[in-house]
Amino acid sequence: MVDIKTGDSSIAQINEEIGEAVAHDPSEQYLTFYIEDEIYGVEILSVQEIRGWEPATEIPNAPEYIKGVINLRGAVVPITDLRCRFGIRQFEYSGITVVIIVKVQSGKSERTMGIVVDAVSDVSNFKRSDIHPAPELSENKNTAFVKGLGSAENKMVILLDINKLMNASDEADLSSVSRAVSA
Amino acid sequence: MSIDLSQFHQVFFEESYEGLDVMESALLNLQPDTVDSETINEIFRAAHSIKGGSGTFGFNDVAEFTHVIETLLDEIRGGTRNITSEIVDLFLQSVDCIRKLIQQHDAGEPCEIPEATELKKIFEGILSGNVPASERATASEPAASEPEGSSSTHGWKIYFKPELDILRTGNDPLRMFRELESLGPLRITADVSKIPLIGSIDPEACYMAWELELDAGVSRSAVDEVFEWVVDESDLRIEPLGSAAVLEPEHEEKVSDTANNEQGMDKEKEAIPSPSVSVTPSPNQEVATKPKKEASKVEVSSIRVGIDKVDDLINMVGELVITQSMLGELGLDFTMESLPRLLEGIEQLSQNTRELQESVMRIRMLPISFTFSRFPRLVHDLSRTMNKKIELKLTGEQTELDKTVMEKIGDPLVHLVRNSLDHGIEMPEDRIKAGKPETGTITLNAFHQSGNIVIQIIDDGAGLNKAKILEKAVEKGLVSENDDLSDDQIHDLIFKPGFSTADQVSDISGRGVGMDVVRRNINELNGSVEVESTEGQGSIFTIRLPLTLAILDGQLIRVGEHVYILPLISIVESIQSFQGMLHRVVGGCDLLRLRDEYVPIIKLSSIFNIKSTAQDMDDGLLVVVEGDNMKVALLIDDLEAQQQVVIKSLEENYKRVDGVSGATILGNGTVSLILDIPGLIKLAGVQRYEYKVVNNDDDCAA
Repeated sequence: MVDIKTGDSSIAQINEEIGEAVAHDPSEQYLTFYIEDEIYGVEILSVQEIRGWEPATEIPNAPEYIKGVINLRGAVVPITDLRCRFGIRQFEYSGITVVIIVKVQSGKSERTMGIVVDAVSDVSNFKRSDIHPAPELSENKNTAFVKGLGSAENKMVILLDINKLMNASDEADLSSVSRAVSA
Repeated sequence: MSIDLSQFHQVFFEESYEGLDVMESALLNLQPDTVDSETINEIFRAAHSIKGGSGTFGFNDVAEFTHVIETLLDEIRGGTRNITSEIVDLFLQSVDCIRKLIQQHDAGEPCEIPEATELKKIFEGILSGNVPASERATASEPAASEPEGSSSTHGWKIYFKPELDILRTGNDPLRMFRELESLGPLRITADVSKIPLIGSIDPEACYMAWELELDAGVSRSAVDEVFEWVVDESDLRIEPLGSAAVLEPEHEEKVSDTANNEQGMDKEKEAIPSPSVSVTPSPNQEVATKPKKEASKVEVSSIRVGIDKVDDLINMVGELVITQSMLGELGLDFTMESLPRLLEGIEQLSQNTRELQESVMRIRMLPISFTFSRFPRLVHDLSRTMNKKIELKLTGEQTELDKTVMEKIGDPLVHLVRNSLDHGIEMPEDRIKAGKPETGTITLNAFHQSGNIVIQIIDDGAGLNKAKILEKAVEKGLVSENDDLSDDQIHDLIFKPGFSTADQVSDISGRGVGMDVVRRNINELNGSVEVESTEGQGSIFTIRLPLTLAILDGQLIRVGEHVYILPLISIVESIQSFQGMLHRVVGGCDLLRLRDEYVPIIKLSSIFNIKSTAQDMDDGLLVVVEGDNMKVALLIDDLEAQQQVVIKSLEENYKRVDGVSGATILGNGTVSLILDIPGLIKLAGVQRYEYKVVNNDDDCAA
């Protein structure tokens, strides 16, 4: 496991680590980040880069969690606020608000999307055996977006299935993703 | 010559397909029993270059097959044979056949096509009564492929007497001899007897003849290859070394291809002198079948561009380079005094960029005749199988549109035309009963309209049967019986998935998977398709497509703090003060009285749920735009700059957004959304009505 860094470790440093991780055998490496008090993780192979927040162009009549689209070196990339997506009270965006640019498989094509999170934490290794399946709660289908649960530094990390999460229909109510797993 | 010919295969295939298209359309123009020599020549030329090319590249089957056709064509050209409609049909079938053969080579898996053999037999049967004539005729034609001499010997004796002006055609005997030398030891004897006195020598003429002896056991084809380009312009005889045959300039001996082949095979190992074979063009179309390495299977689509367009481009780049060097010089030693010149330079640069961009876009534009050209054949064949009499009219073939758009529109168009043929045009007897001319007409029409290309498929057939459509739609549960539908809405039902009213499922159309796919494909191109129809009189299918998918002239508009882009072409006018022109309709939308019509007003801020700075309607600005054949007025806060924008897809990373056709990146790096007028109209729920001003001042006064 890579050394745990604090939430404020510089973006440049983490970007560097992403690069390293991609170079090595990366199968079980996750980028972890904070939303509210929980730690989430996304597979590092799907992460393209991490950026600071910049104002996005709003899309008319889009769901509230779509913050708009930004210009990412000529590509038009939509930004999803995960807090908002999960139905958690929203933050004011500031200079330290972080956008993780992820690549999402959608059908045959690959989409580039951004997710707004509170802060990026670290790149962590999870052994496959250490990943516990998400609890299946019968009346809650949202656990489909959770790949499993891992732990780092005695804290639970919710590992997200980014492909399923980002391809979920707008109507899907994900407000209980965090609650479901915390339960 | 060790050039890998396979690199040219793709070009050959493309040219051949083009040639076949030319043949096909010319054949369809051919009237039986008349000899239109220009048309025949056109067909002949196309067939000839396919034959030549396929011979050169070793596609024997194609070459042989085309040869028979060519022979027959030549007789027709020479007037020794009349064109009958059977022959035209045979030719059409053989065009298909050649296409199949070439497609197989293209796919890298040539194999026998039984049809080809059969057709060839038929042709040969037709020809058999007249063989000598044909042979003579073909012999006079330069054949691009040489007869095969598959025997190899110790060496070759070559008599080579070029025509006087061989040097003028760019062929250099010396170079050919060097090439021969690379095959093995070469002895050259020059015959200088024909050189005139020095006073009368033309320095550019070649008076010499040569006898060459090549001591190398190379194959005949290797020697042939050296002389490949001069065969037609010289007296050339190649014989195995030690052959008893006497070299006599006028001596020519023709051997039938099969005989020659067999002999060649037999004597391959024995190195027995084979009979001398004339290399002058002969009807023998046997070509060396060297096992060719499979061309790498990369699908490269190419585009044919007029040279004028490329010249334009080069001029443009030239100017760009000049501007660039001017700016570069200015930058080296910049003082405030040269600021005006800098600005001037930047202005010039932007001009250059715009022109360059336009020329590049023009390169991608092709006339729609490329797509239209496949229809005469389709209609010809289908009308025959259906026993209908149909005339196809093409108009606006020179209308240009983007190549990508063109490629994608082909299939939907075919479908619509088939549909018109199958469902639209009635059987001849029904037409006569209905008092219409026996021959039905299908018109394909293309034109530009406000930045779109419009393609119409017009037939004078039965029209859409509203009652039947409605009945079917109710049956399929698409609408309920009590729905009150307008004619247009009923017609629109045929584009719903799973809808087909054909009483009988024919093999032409009627599987009920068609029209919705057509609409979907066209929608994917940001286009639309509509149908207008009058029962008993025919239908008009109208397809609207954007000219290009890449760049757009845009007008920036502001609503609140948001900047959007309106396609400039959709803007009719903008109106600043319109207090007196507003009309509020109870229970409806606001209307703007614009001269003699009422235009519904769409408030952009309310349909997009955004805040507008203009509190009152009067603070804003109305932009009258046209989309989907209707005018609406958009209420916005302000107009800003006009600029060209590069269209970026929103769908690529996100999804389709109603009322937005795409996005672009502005000069300051932010993303701006491009508005889609038909989408906005739909979003606002404005019904399609024409609000005409009815002059009834008298009534009011009364």
